[in-house]
Amino acid sequence: MTQATVKIQKVLKERSVRAYLNRVLFVFIIVSLITFFVLPMLWLFTAPFDASPSLHLEMPDWTLNNFREMVENPYALRSIGNSFILAGGTVLIVLIAGAPAAYVLSRARFRGRDTALYILLLFSSIVTGSAAMVPLFFITLQLGLIDSYIGTILVLTGGLLPASIFILKDFTDTIPRSFEESARVFGANSFQMLRDVVAPVIRPGLAVIAVWAFVNVWSNFLLPFILLRSPSKSPAAVVMYSFYTDGGQAIIRVIAAFSIVYTIPVLLAYLFVNRRYGFRFYGGIKG
Amino acid sequence: MNKETEEKQQLLQAPSPAGVVVSRKSALIWLIPSTIIVLAFLIAPAIWTLILGLTNYRLTGVEAASPQFVGLENFTNALTDPDFLNSIRVTVLFVLGSAVFGQALLGFLIAWTIRDLAPKYRSAIELVVILAWIIPSSVVTFLWIAMLNGPEGTLNTILGIDTEWFLEYPLLSIIVFNIWRGTAFSMLLSSAALASVPPSFLQTARLAGASNWQILRDVVLPSIKGYLITNLLLITLWTFNDFTPFLLTGGGPGGKTETVPVFIYQEALRFLELGYGSAIAAIALAINFVIAMFYLRSSRKNAAS
Repeated sequence: MTQATVKIQKVLKERSVRAYLNRVLFVFIIVSLITFFVLPMLWLFTAPFDASPSLHLEMPDWTLNNFREMVENPYALRSIGNSFILAGGTVLIVLIAGAPAAYVLSRARFRGRDTALYILLLFSSIVTGSAAMVPLFFITLQLGLIDSYIGTILVLTGGLLPASIFILKDFTDTIPRSFEESARVFGANSFQMLRDVVAPVIRPGLAVIAVWAFVNVWSNFLLPFILLRSPSKSPAAVVMYSFYTDGGQAIIRVIAAFSIVYTIPVLLAYLFVNRRYGFRFYGGIKG
Repeated sequence: MNKETEEKQQLLQAPSPAGVVVSRKSALIWLIPSTIIVLAFLIAPAIWTLILGLTNYRLTGVEAASPQFVGLENFTNALTDPDFLNSIRVTVLFVLGSAVFGQALLGFLIAWTIRDLAPKYRSAIELVVILAWIIPSSVVTFLWIAMLNGPEGTLNTILGIDTEWFLEYPLLSIIVFNIWRGTAFSMLLSSAALASVPPSFLQTARLAGASNWQILRDVVLPSIKGYLITNLLLITLWTFNDFTPFLLTGGGPGGKTETVPVFIYQEALRFLELGYGSAIAAIALAINFVIAMFYLRSSRKNAAS
């Protein structure tokens, strides 16, 4: 054997050892990841079907009685409907108001545009926090929108618009301007151009924002708790905290059954959007 | 660029030969709906909150009827309030641990690890990570109580030990919780970033004999820096203002998990000290502003280079 072939064999052997180690590391990482993410979720798939669920994980004594008990609660199912109204309404307004604004901000360069966007992004963090709850309460009260879905939807929209516009603007920045220029040449007006050229191209961005806003509203507790006064209008996030006995004991059977019923819509929304449009940022968001 | 052309470009970016893509009139009309909503439900309450921070407004007692302007008193009080200073410290640790080092690194690691997997495995892994992100907060609370609480918590059962995680390691518990909760966003963004690296760069580097690590460091990271900075900015701000840990630990034990939003909640809505709570919110805003400017500056530097 020449020295060269010995050397080549040595290199090849080293490579295969390294490839093997890489493989082991890869499998180890994947398994740990899945364990880390799935382990805390298991309760959600066992407790609702357990005859005597508790706040720890155990093999269920299978039953569907928890769901019967949950359905008998007058507010439970209605609250899911209320959550749909709030989340659906907010998503609609965020998209209708946010997409054109994001487009304009992407194409027309106003002085101080970036700074304005950042300041709005910052303001949205106070407004969704608890200190602004009292001002928000008075503003909606004065506008006559307290205890109304539309008032709550508008407040939720105000909190979500800056981040939505920020993300959508980045999506739009990645579209070549020539698309719209050729639409212009063929005589499209601004609205047609937005609807027929821009919207289809940024559709994945719209889908991402829709799911993100939906999930946010679906889980928001504080705003609907403060702005919607009648229990019959309360969304699921608020009603979930009403499943307690008069003595203040959590009724785990109802909470467990409700948890899964309350989670399934967001899961379906994600799966639907992911299948139809792909839930990815593609080129979007690079600041 | 001279001053005159700069002014011409003030409102609309330089039109390309085919003409302006959107007229000034439609640009303004399209901004109206967002502007109205943002003015009424975002800017007005935010400014109102900032003004309340200058008063001694409370929801009960004499000050409820006629709040007085107290100038900067709330702010000077805050800076000597050990509970507030503690909440700043807790928040910094929470943000660094769970967002900057937790979500951003783990999210990137997942995106990097699964980038070449078959689509069906890839979607399965993405699904579990995203599920942790979209399950409603109140449900997530119960899941993590079942995970960590008491001797029969899932983690204790598996490890065969008896640790009161929320009492003995409160901050660590909410950090791990928040990594679990929020990694999806960083994973999605990192995937998008990795997809944006031209494959030819990677091939060239590989032909030149670069190792995985070298490719990551010298080719991939420099070309996706912009994405990573945006990601860090958004998750830092979101985590700083996140209220969910309160649902798990209520700020305790002994203030060890009392982040700034929890502190504001306690002052404003539990003790009804609205003036003081609002002043703290203003300070939080100022801190967020500094963080945003820091990221903005590094992203500009990055764009320039």
